[in-house]
Amino acid sequence: MASVRTDADPQPSPSRSQAGPILDVRDLSVAYAMDRGAVLAVDRVSFELYPGEFLGIVGESGCGKSTLLFAIAQLLVPAAAIIGGSVTFRGESMVGLTDDQLAAIRWRNLSVVMQSAMNALNPVKSVGAQLKDAMKAHGVTSADEIATRSADVLRMVGIDPVHLKSYPHQLSGGMRQRSMIAMALLFAPDLVIMDEPTSALDVVAQRSLMVHIKKLQAELGFAVVFVTHDMSLVSHFSERLMVMYAGQVAEWGTTRDIFGTPRHPYSIGLMEAFPSIKGERVPLTGIPGRPPDLSQRQHGCWFAPRCPQVMPACREINPDLYPVQDELVRCLLYAAGADGKAGGD
Amino acid sequence: MSMPISGVATTTPGPPGPDAQQPALGGPVGGRYVAPPATRALGRIAHAVRSNRKATTGAVLLLIFILVGLFPGLIARDSPTQDAYAPRLGLSTAHLLGTTAYGQDMFAQVIWGTRNVLIIAFVAGLACTGIAVLVGVGAAYLGGLWDGSLNLVTDVLLVIPLFPLLIIIAAYLHGGSTIVLILVITVTSWSYTARQLRSQALSLRNRDFLAAARVRGERQLYVIVVEVIPTMTSLLVACFLTNALYAVLFASSLQFIGLGDPNTVGWGTMLYWAENNAALQTGQPMWAIAPGACIAALGAAFALLNYAFDEVGNPALRPVRRTRGKRAD
Amino acid sequence: MTEIAAEPLLRTERLTRHFKIGSALSRRTLHAVDDVSLAIGAREIVALAGESGSGKSTIARLLAKLYKPTSGEIYFGGRPLSSIRSRKDLLQYRGDVPMVFQDPFSVTNPVYRASHGILRALALHRPELSRQQRHEEAERALEAVGLSPAAEIMQRYPYELSGGQRQRLGFAQALSLRPKLILADEPVSMLDVSIRIGLLNVMAGLRDKLGVSVLYITHDIASARYVADRLIVMYAGHIAEAGPVEEVLARPRHPYTQLLLSAVPDPRAELHVSEETDMGEPPRVIDPTPGCRFRWRCPLAIDECAQVTPELRLLLPGHQAACHVATADMPLRAFG
Repeated sequence: MASVRTDADPQPSPSRSQAGPILDVRDLSVAYAMDRGAVLAVDRVSFELYPGEFLGIVGESGCGKSTLLFAIAQLLVPAAAIIGGSVTFRGESMVGLTDDQLAAIRWRNLSVVMQSAMNALNPVKSVGAQLKDAMKAHGVTSADEIATRSADVLRMVGIDPVHLKSYPHQLSGGMRQRSMIAMALLFAPDLVIMDEPTSALDVVAQRSLMVHIKKLQAELGFAVVFVTHDMSLVSHFSERLMVMYAGQVAEWGTTRDIFGTPRHPYSIGLMEAFPSIKGERVPLTGIPGRPPDLSQRQHGCWFAPRCPQVMPACREINPDLYPVQDELVRCLLYAAGADGKAGGD
Repeated sequence: MSMPISGVATTTPGPPGPDAQQPALGGPVGGRYVAPPATRALGRIAHAVRSNRKATTGAVLLLIFILVGLFPGLIARDSPTQDAYAPRLGLSTAHLLGTTAYGQDMFAQVIWGTRNVLIIAFVAGLACTGIAVLVGVGAAYLGGLWDGSLNLVTDVLLVIPLFPLLIIIAAYLHGGSTIVLILVITVTSWSYTARQLRSQALSLRNRDFLAAARVRGERQLYVIVVEVIPTMTSLLVACFLTNALYAVLFASSLQFIGLGDPNTVGWGTMLYWAENNAALQTGQPMWAIAPGACIAALGAAFALLNYAFDEVGNPALRPVRRTRGKRAD
Repeated sequence: MTEIAAEPLLRTERLTRHFKIGSALSRRTLHAVDDVSLAIGAREIVALAGESGSGKSTIARLLAKLYKPTSGEIYFGGRPLSSIRSRKDLLQYRGDVPMVFQDPFSVTNPVYRASHGILRALALHRPELSRQQRHEEAERALEAVGLSPAAEIMQRYPYELSGGQRQRLGFAQALSLRPKLILADEPVSMLDVSIRIGLLNVMAGLRDKLGVSVLYITHDIASARYVADRLIVMYAGHIAEAGPVEEVLARPRHPYTQLLLSAVPDPRAELHVSEETDMGEPPRVIDPTPGCRFRWRCPLAIDECAQVTPELRLLLPGHQAACHVATADMPLRAFG
């Protein structure tokens, strides 16, 4: 189990290749049935997550990252449905499980913390009562055990157990978010999925929460899938990074690699869209244009209309994920070939 | 220290894409389904009605009644008032619903009576809604003392049992013509919808476009009339339907107990005369059933139409398979 | 370097706004803004930064005359706002100091076309223009913020525009009034990252090419640094620190500023994490006691901090901080 990292970028855990992946997603595709035909919100996404790893999934509105998360947790609601691929958790396929089977896994082995989860707390029940409900629903009956576990789990997230008696409205936003995370950790799950858990928090609370999550991860050893639009936030805390665009994986690799040498023009653009508080003050341009309308299926790369390095071939060929050193990049610039350029120039 | 502008113009007029973190209504990628055409109120209303089976039924029913009310002469050959026939005839091809104890053709009465009810429904409905808008939206937007006093009046009317109040007022005015009925109903029944409109106006009060209107210097009245009320069109139509429905029921009830003008041709007055002649006990059930069924049908038409507006006002009620997908991001 | 003239464009003097909360039985006072004295000059962008509960949005609404101050005064062009009585004067002020709002999805009335707001603004503030001229002015304003083709965009309904476009529309509306100062209340917080820079560049362009000042309210220090000339940091209704933006970021004097800077995730910088991390709990602004409101979180607090509310003092040229402990040459000690 890795120790608390206090500076520099986190390293992938050394046992990555020996233990099997705890979450194995292969070619997962999710579509929405709309009036005008199906829209592919997630397009053949694949990745592996090993025990204790922290994976950051980064992208802007409409890139499919939340849909991907919902699909993994089997929380999709019609009109969205998984139309292809597989999700394997601890060696078992998740797709196709019944609600009962899923209920057994959820909370015990897999927890989910949603965006503005702090609004998911029942306003008329105390925090302690809600923790008790969660435990009872999963077969913990002894009052002693409930009491000790509730206190333990709150202490773990830095909340004084005296707040077991508090109602959600008496706690600050940061504390509510942390109680949701406490709830997610009640049964020491193997995997915790988080969808933008910090977006409603101020910067200091946000940083504190992230540090806490990393500490807990070190103590309890769970893996984390963390979805966010804030690339800089995830840069310090994740080992692996997946950049999504238009429902596809644009770039995949270790956080250090991607931040050190971003390769996909979208990743480059995204990173340059963050003004820095240190260093030179330079004019930035962001990424011109708008995210694509996925209901308009088209030839070629989704990013081509906005790409500063676009080539003629980009509008014809749908790029695959090409390996570049230890990364995978969906860009024709890195397509197989001696100099990595397919066609044109 | 000057920063060159990059002049990044948003390029093509293409399909919209949400590039902000919270699209207005749920809708997946690309923003094509971000919101239905929220602007052309008529178009939105028509769409809502068409896409909901209950509402379509209600609309068809209402249309039938309106046509009957507009062209009664085309459908019923006989005069409703002339006691030209033998009394208490049963159903036959000559008299589709038989005749009354006074020898009048009942079918003609029902058909011609439609006009009276519809007039009451629409006029009282509109007038009630008008008052409800003034009181409800005014209270919400003006706040403070205005809100307090208007609320008091609304609440008092809500608490008082309406029907006994109607009876008292109508009796005081010695019963009366259609106009009196409309007046009485209008003055007493606006409180429920005023409440609804106030609630929605309150929820709109914090929308930034209202603050933006104030900040650009608009006057209060302008903001209420031009900025707030047009965004409430679906609720306004729903309120109108509710008020029209209650107008039908109240008017018919008042006529039934004799507080309307017994000489007008209306469903409620038919019930009055039927009651006077003990129609049900003397083997003339149609005299009571026919107008009663019509009142129920017209009321149902308004109620069914209201379903469409429930959905427009509250997107959470929309059936999932039709329009919604979850947010993609 | 911007120079603040003898009388700055806008100046507040001990501006205060309290809200009464609670029921009739337990009346309490929320001190949203307390004793704020700030100044904004011509042709400059001033960033007002702070977290939730700092009072920055309340200041915007006070300056926009959406709220009345509980005490204190606002001076625009030397003239106190409380002396504005006639509708004509009020319209004049609203034309000089318009506001841009945060939420692109609720700032436009969905019932009308995109041109509605801007045409109304022109009708109210520049009544001498004919209908044709109004349309031309509107188109010019839209082009100036990068919305092109302007005529076509004016015809669209808000739901057909993206969030970024709607925010630009907000700036265009403000611009069409030929303002002196634009109050921008978190204009980019709800936009995607890649779109934000475009809007920030628009703001910088307004200052550079048209000489318009902007009060940029934000919780994002990095964007404040990108676009602003001066930075004012607020905490719990007070100004904690104020000065030229580079100066404040390089040599933060107030412990809260230091905390804020240490918490900003910057991928290009190393992460410093101490074991004791501040949890980011919001400040106490309901019936506060005298003394510094940051003292419970401050590792440098001394006795005086609990008794006397610190005043804003000049520590370095143009650089003020409200802290009993801060000095001109203190090293960064409090956080990080």
